[in-house]
Amino acid sequence: MKTLADLQAIKENLQSQMDLRNESHADTKIAVGMATCGIAAGARPVVTAFSDSVQEHKLHGVSVTLMGCIGLCSQEPIAEITTPKDGKVIYVKMTPEKAKRVVEEHIIGGNVVKEYTIDNNK
Amino acid sequence: MYRSQVLVCGGTGCTSSGSPAIIERLHEEIKKNGLEDEVQVVRTGCFGLCALGPIMIVYPEGCFYSAVKEEDIPEIVSEHLLKGRIVEHLLYKETVTENGIKPLNDTNFYKKQHRVALRNCGVINPENIDEYIAVDGYQALGKVLNEMTPEQVIQTILDSGLRGRGGAGFPTGKKWQLARTIVQDGGQKYVCCNADEGDPGAFMDRSVLEGDPHVVIEAMAIAGYAIGATQGYIYVRAEYPIAVQRLRIAINQAREYGLLGKNIFGKGFDFDLDIRLGAGAFVCGEETALMTSIEGKRGEPRCRPPFPAEKGLFQRPTVLNNVETYANVPQIILKGADWFSSMGTEKSKGTKVFALGGKINNTGLVEIPMGTTLREIVYEIGGGIPSGKKFKAAQTGGPSGGCIPTEHLDIKIDYDNLIAIGSMMGSGGLIVMDEDNCMVDIAKFFLEFTVDESCGKCTPCRIGTKRLYEMLHKITSGNGTLEDLDKMEKLCYYIKNNSLCGLGQTAPNPVLSTLRYFKDEYMAHVVDKKCPAGVCTHLLQYKIIEDKCKGCTACARVCPAGAISGSVKEPHSIDPAKCIKCGACMSKCKFGAIIKE
Repeated sequence: MKTLADLQAIKENLQSQMDLRNESHADTKIAVGMATCGIAAGARPVVTAFSDSVQEHKLHGVSVTLMGCIGLCSQEPIAEITTPKDGKVIYVKMTPEKAKRVVEEHIIGGNVVKEYTIDNNK
Repeated sequence: MYRSQVLVCGGTGCTSSGSPAIIERLHEEIKKNGLEDEVQVVRTGCFGLCALGPIMIVYPEGCFYSAVKEEDIPEIVSEHLLKGRIVEHLLYKETVTENGIKPLNDTNFYKKQHRVALRNCGVINPENIDEYIAVDGYQALGKVLNEMTPEQVIQTILDSGLRGRGGAGFPTGKKWQLARTIVQDGGQKYVCCNADEGDPGAFMDRSVLEGDPHVVIEAMAIAGYAIGATQGYIYVRAEYPIAVQRLRIAINQAREYGLLGKNIFGKGFDFDLDIRLGAGAFVCGEETALMTSIEGKRGEPRCRPPFPAEKGLFQRPTVLNNVETYANVPQIILKGADWFSSMGTEKSKGTKVFALGGKINNTGLVEIPMGTTLREIVYEIGGGIPSGKKFKAAQTGGPSGGCIPTEHLDIKIDYDNLIAIGSMMGSGGLIVMDEDNCMVDIAKFFLEFTVDESCGKCTPCRIGTKRLYEMLHKITSGNGTLEDLDKMEKLCYYIKNNSLCGLGQTAPNPVLSTLRYFKDEYMAHVVDKKCPAGVCTHLLQYKIIEDKCKGCTACARVCPAGAISGSVKEPHSIDPAKCIKCGACMSKCKFGAIIKE
């Protein structure tokens, strides 16, 4: 290490990991239903897809958490995305591919992916 | 990417209550559930709430699991980490509310704290330099080397008002300035760190070294740049194995990264560090004795002046600061002197770490802004005294300090206020005592310690403390006279005024301050031959109240000395000649028939 820039590079590399430990850092939350119904419907790969995608795009202030059953077992896997702009949006019947698209269009792009939301899948 | 992190305390407190086994089990269970790529386990330094160890915190939810047992781990992993269902019954009670989980920083223990020196303890993995860098580590060193002259560094520390956290409270910037300017012959200078934390009940420095070793390394390099030194020594007690190990790891990592060694940041500044282990002598916490010990000689103090800033280690100009003092330095450089001096009181700036112990619910480590009252520390942060007992006094400064009685509970804690009431800041041990503590006995305890630890070089300390101890022993044995009290006080001042080093000069403080605030207890011992708190066994008698005794024989069976006699269903009695005053009968009696007086 010879310059401050080297120091900065190490810092940025670990930033998302350290962000996790700051309770107030996350203004955007991704919560995936991981109760028995969720797991049975394939929620595990969805969680992984979400966290990989967040990492890939080097997003700060985004947390990926799990949640229990919200009572809509037939619509699992369910993901609940909370952003400052759109508040809480519930996506249903998620897949890893859909998860990636949600990260790109909703979280990064700011446009809710309407076709996956609960309102359009009743 | 890890979506979740489990931080487990790896400080000495939690390590001894079983955190290594918990970490191992966590790894096993996480693997079993196939979560290795999603959940990371991080071993951190001390969180502070040692009484509730082992402690574990799960992010991003910020769930605080306390007093975790190994057998709880499968449930936490399969419920919380896999299914996202927080295991509420294992959470720290205070964080569970009707509206979900209260953040840790809002709990009584944490909300009044302000963490500067401890800011990374319990937050980062101390064995990973990258994590330290990720929380702005080594930025201050970079800033100093790239943007500041040594004079500017010293001026910043001076302006911040930082004073030595080892207890005496000498202005740190002043010390650095003297070491820079007194001798300017171009020869070697040294930077030393005092991590020989010897006060009974104090563990602030240990926790900083265990939880955030790099902060000390960074600050020492900054001090080196400021005074023009290229070599530093950390003098740490061998009784702190975890701290020593993490320091070693940290120094090696810093060397690998070129943050120690030659030409740091390409700015032509060389600095390296070595560790020296202390062999457990209390006197080696005294600065001149510490340096003598680093030189490889027997750890004995020497006369001051010349002060270390002029002739210190190997007779060369030396800066010696305490661990906690150093822990403040990088933050001051980064955030500025004004930020630091905005905290605290007029003459004591910043925060102070206290190791809270004794009769208190939340035993542990707290960092509070200077000027916080003792009442806030004991009753709000500390959670009060167990079993609803009454506060009697708090002891600060260990064997060199004194006690703060109830009437001073509302005093604002800073260097000068504590001196004014006959105690001292000390390194930060704060031992709370309740109505069951005998103050004469406490004074005797500390004197016994200093008698043991006096190095023997000067007579007032070597012989004076011994005589003082004997007088206290005489009083607690019930043989004291009023004349002894006067003699004792005189001897105290004699020792204070004539001893060579800080050890002897402060050794009588526990006696003087208890004499000042608890004269009535001394009088009870001397005149009435009673120990009001029921501690001094020579002045105690155990008795059975006939009316209350049912004759169950439980006491007679538990008595190790065979001092209790009586037949079944008849009141028993204790033979004072045989009684060894162990109290076993009293704790066994279900009817409250046994009293001590």
